[in-house]
Amino acid sequence: MTNSAPTKPAKAENALELTDLSVAYRVAGRNRAVLRNLSLNIRQGEAYGLVGESGCGKSTVALTVVRYLPRNGSILGGVISLDGQDVMKLDAEALRRARAESVSMVYQDPGKALNPSIRIGRQLTEIFELGGVTGQAATDRAIAMLNRVRISDPPSVMQRYPHQLSGGMQQRVAIAMALANDPSMLILDEPTTGLDATVEAEVLDLIAQLRQELSASILFISHNLAVVSNMCDRVGVLYAGMLVEEGPTDVVFNDPRHPYTVALLRCLPRGGQRKDQGRLDTIPGFLPGIGADIKGCAFADRCALADNRCRTELPPLYDLSDERGKRLSRCFHHDKAQALPRATPSDVATAPKPTTAPVLRVAGLNKTYASHGHPLRAVKDVSLDLRPGETLGLVGESGSGKTTFARLLLGLVPPDDGGTIELEGKALAPKLENRGDDQVKAMQIVFQNPDSALNRSHSIRHILSRALKRLAGLSGKAQEARLDDLVRAVRLTDRHLAVKPRQLSGGLKQRVAIARAFAGDPRIVVCDEPTSALDVSVQAAILNLLADLQSKEDVSYIFISHDLGVVRYLSDKIAVLYLGRIMEIGPSEEVFSGPHHPYTEALLSAVPQLDQTETARIRLDGEIPSATNPPPGCVFNTRCPRKIGPICEQQEPPLAEAQPGHSIRCHIPYPELARLQKAVVTEPA
Amino acid sequence: MSAVQTTSPTQDDTRRRSPMADVFFSLMRSRTFLVGLVIVLFWVACALFGEHFAPYDPLADDIINALAPPSSEHWFGTDQIGRDVFSRVIVGSRDILTVAPLATLLATIAGTALGLLTGYFRGIVDDVVSRILEAFMAIPVVIVALLAIVALGTSKATVIIVIGLSFAPIIARTVRSAVLAERELDYVAAAQLRHESAFHTMFVEILPNVIPPILVETTVRLGYAIFAVATLSFMGFGIQPPSPDWGLSISSNYGMIGGGFWWTVLFDALAIASLVIGVNLVADGVHGALND
Repeated sequence: MTNSAPTKPAKAENALELTDLSVAYRVAGRNRAVLRNLSLNIRQGEAYGLVGESGCGKSTVALTVVRYLPRNGSILGGVISLDGQDVMKLDAEALRRARAESVSMVYQDPGKALNPSIRIGRQLTEIFELGGVTGQAATDRAIAMLNRVRISDPPSVMQRYPHQLSGGMQQRVAIAMALANDPSMLILDEPTTGLDATVEAEVLDLIAQLRQELSASILFISHNLAVVSNMCDRVGVLYAGMLVEEGPTDVVFNDPRHPYTVALLRCLPRGGQRKDQGRLDTIPGFLPGIGADIKGCAFADRCALADNRCRTELPPLYDLSDERGKRLSRCFHHDKAQALPRATPSDVATAPKPTTAPVLRVAGLNKTYASHGHPLRAVKDVSLDLRPGETLGLVGESGSGKTTFARLLLGLVPPDDGGTIELEGKALAPKLENRGDDQVKAMQIVFQNPDSALNRSHSIRHILSRALKRLAGLSGKAQEARLDDLVRAVRLTDRHLAVKPRQLSGGLKQRVAIARAFAGDPRIVVCDEPTSALDVSVQAAILNLLADLQSKEDVSYIFISHDLGVVRYLSDKIAVLYLGRIMEIGPSEEVFSGPHHPYTEALLSAVPQLDQTETARIRLDGEIPSATNPPPGCVFNTRCPRKIGPICEQQEPPLAEAQPGHSIRCHIPYPELARLQKAVVTEPA
Repeated sequence: MSAVQTTSPTQDDTRRRSPMADVFFSLMRSRTFLVGLVIVLFWVACALFGEHFAPYDPLADDIINALAPPSSEHWFGTDQIGRDVFSRVIVGSRDILTVAPLATLLATIAGTALGLLTGYFRGIVDDVVSRILEAFMAIPVVIVALLAIVALGTSKATVIIVIGLSFAPIIARTVRSAVLAERELDYVAAAQLRHESAFHTMFVEILPNVIPPILVETTVRLGYAIFAVATLSFMGFGIQPPSPDWGLSISSNYGMIGGGFWWTVLFDALAIASLVIGVNLVADGVHGALND
């Protein structure tokens, strides 16, 4: 807005005003630009979303506003004006006062923002004491704050230590602390990223409600476009430290005018898109490194619309304001941004799958841990089967037993006696060491975190060669030839083979992990949240890769994810887990479109969606109960919004087949569920 | 974004230096490490080539000049049978710099193996082995040395074995805790899903990742080993006359201090102290570089 803002609004109008801000980090003796001439305004009472991939400078903006940059960071130029006050000109005392009184921050990990050794009450009253309120008055205000963030029974919460609260409660407390002094500016840096979908929904609802009550302006930083689209009035898209597009949220997301925004939106599986309907689009290449020398448009190298001008001349921020609001785009070709050609062709060849015998059959699988002398039933009585080339999606909140179930299948953890796992008709030994080599190589896993899954001391070549040797029994020339194929199949190149994992980006590391899992032509690959640590553009590429490998190799997946859009894209069949039990299992489309189990209904309703029209949302109260002491009757009865009466508390419902292949564990009869949910569910059937 | 200064997940490969190069550059910038290294290298040079630049034969007696104070002829004076103290200090580093590193090496190898076993297998193996190691740690080195001398006789080999075995449990404990943390990582599960042997998983998968703590522990132990060798020599359990070994020289001369012949003891003591300090500075530097 440095050159295109037509009129400069009066100062008091804006809660935050960044003008021409440039920030650099000093690395290895050189200043590396992180923010480049960034200008943006947040009006009083407005919620402004800042989105972009990791490494684009989002968090640096937040840190710069309160001048909390790390020691090697420096502000090279520009003006930061907080409520009309120039932050750069404040002395230490005035800055401290500004931080204490007018601006507050909430960080991603509430566990780290709260002091683990001080009770919640003490941490809260401390804030008021700094403002001169002490004793009972401070305690009263702390209780009022906790009430405000909808924490029931504040006096007892104040007696607790942070670790005694769940993640969602911790984040509420962090928000309460941030709001304690009624700040004029609230900065939320990925406030729900580490939380379960149901908890995320609660926290977002809370923030939305607080916005009605408070006058605070909000700077909302997130990589999750759907969250920003639900929470914010206006959105700015950041790329390589530059604002590339800005405007009212719904306009930007529905009618983007910068190729980067267009590409980001296309990476997401939306509107129930599935793997057999086409591949996701991806963004080729990488974000320019910190401090890269950028001549023209920062996005030019990854943009199919880029021409010579884009590479040599920095596009200005074009003012594209219309009747829908003021908006900007930093692209010469903003008028045809939406014509951006796809980076990945959408078409897929799908042959109809012949129905064959299941490759995996699980019956009555249980796992009980001993927790302080009490039995903890992590997995209870799970039975299911999986056909070749099919994907089973496992969903549920953390603590629902998804990962334990996967580990039982793999033999990493032995199940309780009694259950059976059959692979291609043959029973599998409970323990990995008692399984045959062929059985072991037939079932592999792609772990959530490639940093943990790849041995950091070994080169990529070593990692993959060893897998080929052990799982495919190859050595010498044959091994090298297969290694070549494998590397090409996951779209890595030879030059990646010589390096160690830490020299690769997250997406490339995950490709190596996938290659390793496929080394021995497995029949089943367990994917445990394989994309949760990745940016959306990288996630799209990994999901495409998994879909391609599946259609080529006819491998089956067990896909664990908390991202329902991702699960829906890849899965043929879905199992919904709660406290180690299957609450619902059935074909993916039926589970998603309903009628479904009340828990599935709540899970689906919790997910923020880009193209969401206001629907009646279902909220789950409280936390997932402890598995050491599950509620009697239906385990979901304590949180169920559709509880019908005492029967729910007394009798555990059976997993009953509602439709062929679709079973639901609920006392409410299927037709009744259909009737109840028709009124609420807006999902197209 | 505090991670900005090191890595950005969207960067392409090969931008970052290898971990070993990082450690090397960090060591080269550490003054602690460099000072320690100079001291240690000085004594290593003395051990290797001492007799070439020592002004006198360290073993040649010269009764007429016995107990001469430091002078331009005998910089550090002479001992009770007239041997040149300066030459003896120079050449005296040889035995201690053979015995202490070999003892540390033995302790490292044995400790690493035990640490890997207990950390990897956990359970009953860990319980039994760890209790034995703890019991072993409770016995003072000197007692172990006495027993070993009775059984094996006095020799450099005995000293190496005594110190090596005494230090092994300490290293084993460090390695065990590192292995316990490493074992939880998914690459170990991935190895199990390839049906790798326990030996392969321990030594090929896990061992390379626990090298840094082993390296730190080894350098720290080397300092203690030097001290222990000197102590045992002083007590007459270790290196035997006529070696110009420092501990031994102090032992045979310390009765002279009362007579004012301080130079027969002081320079050997300073030599021991400087070598221990040098090794400890190196250890500090290595620790700093690996934990940056």
